[in-house]
Amino acid sequence: MSVAVTTPVPTPTSSAPARRPKLKTERLSARVSSAGLNVAVLALTLAWVTPTLGLLINSFRPSGAFNTSGWWTALAPPYQFTLDSYSHVLGASDLPSAFFNSFMITIPGTIIPTAIAAFAAYAFAWMKFPGRNWIFLALVGLLAVPLQMTFIPLLTIAVHLGLTSGNTLPFGLNAGFIAVWIAHTGYGLPFAIYLLANFFRVLPSDLFESAEIDGAGPVTVFFRLILPLSVPALASLIIFQFLWVWNDLLVALIYIGGTPEVAPLTLTLTNLVGSLGQHIEYLTAAAFVSMVVPLVVFFTRLSAGSAPSPAAS
Amino acid sequence: MGRLTRILAAMAIVVLGVTACGTSNAASGKIGGTVHILGTWTGGEKDSFDAVMKPFTDQTGIKISFEATRDLDAILQTKVAAGNPPDVTGAPGIGTLIKLVKAGKIPTLEDKLDMSALNANYGADWINLGKIDGKLYTLYAWAALKGLVWYDPKAFAAKNYQVPKTWDELMTLQDKIKSDGGKPWCVALESEAASGWPGSDWVKEIVLSQAGGDVYDKWWQGKQKWTSTEIKSAWQTWGKVLGTGDSNVYGGSQYMVATKFGEGGQGLFTSPPKCYMFNQGSFITSFFDAYTPKPAAGTDYAVFPLPDVSSSNAGAHVVAGDAFVMTKDTPQARALLKYLATADAQDIWVKRGGGKIAINKQVSLSDYPDPIAKALAQVVVSTKIARYDAGDLMPSDMRDAYWSGILKFVQNQGQLDAILADLDKKQATAYAGS
Amino acid sequence: MDGVTPLITRLPALEVDWQTLLTVNLPVLLLVIIGVPVALAAYIVGAELLVKRLPKRAQPSVRPWIWVGPAIFFVAVILVYPMVGTVWTSLLDRNGTSFVGLGNFTRLLTDGGILIVLRNNVLWLILYPGLVLLFGLLMAVLSDRVKYEKPVKSLIFMPMAISFVAMAVIWQFVYYYRPSDVPQTGILNAILVNIFHGQPQTWIQDTRFNNFALIFIGVWGATGFAMVILSAALKGIPGELLEAARVDGANELTVFRRIILPLMMPTIVVVGTTMVIFALKAFDVVYVMTAGNYNTDILARRMYAELYKAGNHANASALAVILLLAVVPVLIFNLRQFRAVESRR
Repeated sequence: MSVAVTTPVPTPTSSAPARRPKLKTERLSARVSSAGLNVAVLALTLAWVTPTLGLLINSFRPSGAFNTSGWWTALAPPYQFTLDSYSHVLGASDLPSAFFNSFMITIPGTIIPTAIAAFAAYAFAWMKFPGRNWIFLALVGLLAVPLQMTFIPLLTIAVHLGLTSGNTLPFGLNAGFIAVWIAHTGYGLPFAIYLLANFFRVLPSDLFESAEIDGAGPVTVFFRLILPLSVPALASLIIFQFLWVWNDLLVALIYIGGTPEVAPLTLTLTNLVGSLGQHIEYLTAAAFVSMVVPLVVFFTRLSAGSAPSPAAS
Repeated sequence: MGRLTRILAAMAIVVLGVTACGTSNAASGKIGGTVHILGTWTGGEKDSFDAVMKPFTDQTGIKISFEATRDLDAILQTKVAAGNPPDVTGAPGIGTLIKLVKAGKIPTLEDKLDMSALNANYGADWINLGKIDGKLYTLYAWAALKGLVWYDPKAFAAKNYQVPKTWDELMTLQDKIKSDGGKPWCVALESEAASGWPGSDWVKEIVLSQAGGDVYDKWWQGKQKWTSTEIKSAWQTWGKVLGTGDSNVYGGSQYMVATKFGEGGQGLFTSPPKCYMFNQGSFITSFFDAYTPKPAAGTDYAVFPLPDVSSSNAGAHVVAGDAFVMTKDTPQARALLKYLATADAQDIWVKRGGGKIAINKQVSLSDYPDPIAKALAQVVVSTKIARYDAGDLMPSDMRDAYWSGILKFVQNQGQLDAILADLDKKQATAYAGS
Repeated sequence: MDGVTPLITRLPALEVDWQTLLTVNLPVLLLVIIGVPVALAAYIVGAELLVKRLPKRAQPSVRPWIWVGPAIFFVAVILVYPMVGTVWTSLLDRNGTSFVGLGNFTRLLTDGGILIVLRNNVLWLILYPGLVLLFGLLMAVLSDRVKYEKPVKSLIFMPMAISFVAMAVIWQFVYYYRPSDVPQTGILNAILVNIFHGQPQTWIQDTRFNNFALIFIGVWGATGFAMVILSAALKGIPGELLEAARVDGANELTVFRRIILPLMMPTIVVVGTTMVIFALKAFDVVYVMTAGNYNTDILARRMYAELYKAGNHANASALAVILLLAVVPVLIFNLRQFRAVESRR
């Protein structure tokens, strides 16, 4: 398969034998480069974490303080930490239903596009049908569709179908949720198919051939071979889609609205701040409150460890 | 109770007038149902709004389903176009509103409100503001005063500065502060996607006070060119306030464009003061409250209205306010708008502070929570020429261009002619859609 | 009553209605969590069963459509259908009444301010995907070699998890400007003033650096995304292959250039393509931080302003079409790429 792509294994150069005696310098340079490696990794990480760190520290400071002195000054005495912002955010009466609504939007908003994309990616990668490449290309291109241009035509359809937050379906399911799921499915599909098809495409073809010889149908191949072999790609995709939907504000506001009984967490938390930006400090705490769930999702994935990867198996 | 009966009962109550129906024993006369409101109030303002709504729900049985967004025009346009409008919206930008009215999507309020009561309780200016093509579409419920100069009376007393009564006195005071080594003004323009608006307040206040109400009206209606002498000289007058090279402003243009408008008052309260005066609307006190140490109304800060630039337009003030539009005609929406026009409703928010001033004349001055709020209410009552915020009356893209022009102007006043010419170009297209 | 959801029975800002939440909402949520995957699996299993009933010859030509069908349906309704309308609207005048051909396009592209907008779009198109790939690849490759890989990767990924609504606040603590006579609250100016004894700068407003400052906000947010995908591809490279090269005396740089990079190329193309498209669509950073002032405007923000501020659907549609067309070269590159992959198997 892809191993044969280029000439990956470098041919031993004639100078290689000559370097053998310089073992000491080699070790030294190895040590220097390992120090350099650690410094580079830590420096980049520090640079990346600094903005978030500022937000975290300021979320524990009084608002007056963070507008007059830098967040790093809080790390030295006198310590002036307060839980005011958190207690205000956590005391918001709409918070429990906001969490519920966010789950209600995000879980199907992640599962549906991921599953449908996996079906499609399998076909794009391993089945032959007319127009395959062109349809695939068009899908990738549709990633560039500005969401704003789709709002009016799509919401019109949703209203005609009764999929608005004023209607209740069987089991007490608010119809507006269906509209949001469908919208997120459409918006998420191009990237999801693109990513998954790319991963599926490089899976070793001999595996499928032997499976087919054993008489396994496409469903078996899909569930027993493709999905297990693509766990890293699927997990990444699920995390991205989950985060996009979880952190979305606009799509939810358009399709389901912002009333407390359907509003997701992002909206409820944003609305703690005054319309002119009064009490912007609530946003600092709110950002971390709304991050709890995504972080749990991400860390669960990390602790699960790296699953067997396609090319290695 | 059947649906039809309920609707009939609801209609009956609307006809009788909501406030007329008793609060205790009228359970059988309640309208019930829900009114869906799209608005911009969040945070503390939302709490005040809830407080205003509570008696309404108690009286009528109508539940409030409130949805807040900062992108109100975008959400409203989408929802209306898709056939899913909210019942009441507070308040769309005028450009959006005019477009929706012309498209026949907005019912007029003429036959839905008690117009004789409205005429009795509201100043004519406030009613006319809500009219498009002679018909009432918008109901104003609370006002906020613009063009207020905030200062620290202790700092003024220490230097023996007097509150200026006339524009000339203000200019003299500026020079005096400068010759004493201080900076007269703090100006802060940063407001994320709306950056520049505090400067646009300055210019519109000067336009109204210097050129008068007629020019002001023609200007926001798009019938007065930005390059005309009247408008241009308003910018130039503001330029004199800022001083050559922004020399009258603490921190110069860098400070002006980069500082969040809410933080702009900090300089008043330092020792020595970074600046002595700060022009902002009445709501700014909610930002002062977040400063450390928290300044106290009356002792640490006081306020005077921006003096008249021209004596021929004495007593002219720019006001802003919260307005409501019925975006879908339901009995509940009618009841709500009727309620919002009452003194009872407006009194609740006024008492909660935050710089809101009642429009209904029946609200007593004694209901304002502190001396500053009372003084502001008095200014509104004594206003001879009241005009609504011109920026909010312009189409959104005209307004945004106005704000951008402000940011360019403070960075280089020499660009004024180019800025105004650009604004004229925008004026030529912005009003075409509405 | 009125068919309105039972949840409306409380006023906002009143006590939390735990009872409704637990007895009405929670069961619905559980039903959805179980029901949605079951429905999706049932679709594909059921459809395959139907295909198997077809004559053996017809099966291969029907089967692919079973698998791509749902995706095509959703994309057609949610993206293609609105875009057809958009393309049509872009050819009409602003009232949508008369056909003006390419009039909207020529007017937009000859407007006085457009040159700066296009320049900014080019900056975004080069720097955003370039830096995201650079930092993403760097972090994926480097973190692979240190013991503390997982914590480091989580920290780099963290920005993805932060809600966008907090963006302005976060970057205020980095870029904020205060005059030199008061303490700085943004770390960039604090470093500049306290360590390098320089003058504080208005990073977001100063036209010398503001575009870079804004692009970096985007890069910061997307690097974790690139890193995760690239890292997954990196882990897929067989260890024996790298070991063999090292034993043969290749140094790390050579191993990276000759083995790692070629093997990761398909994934790099995917990430790069996605980033190019995101760069075209990126409007929120500019919208929130500057609203396009100070020479930072880009096409996507213009589109937003035309749509919602000016209410000019014709112009907004034309801009959307321009953004779509700008993707075509990237798509052609992709076509070549996956034809190359296919020819290899």
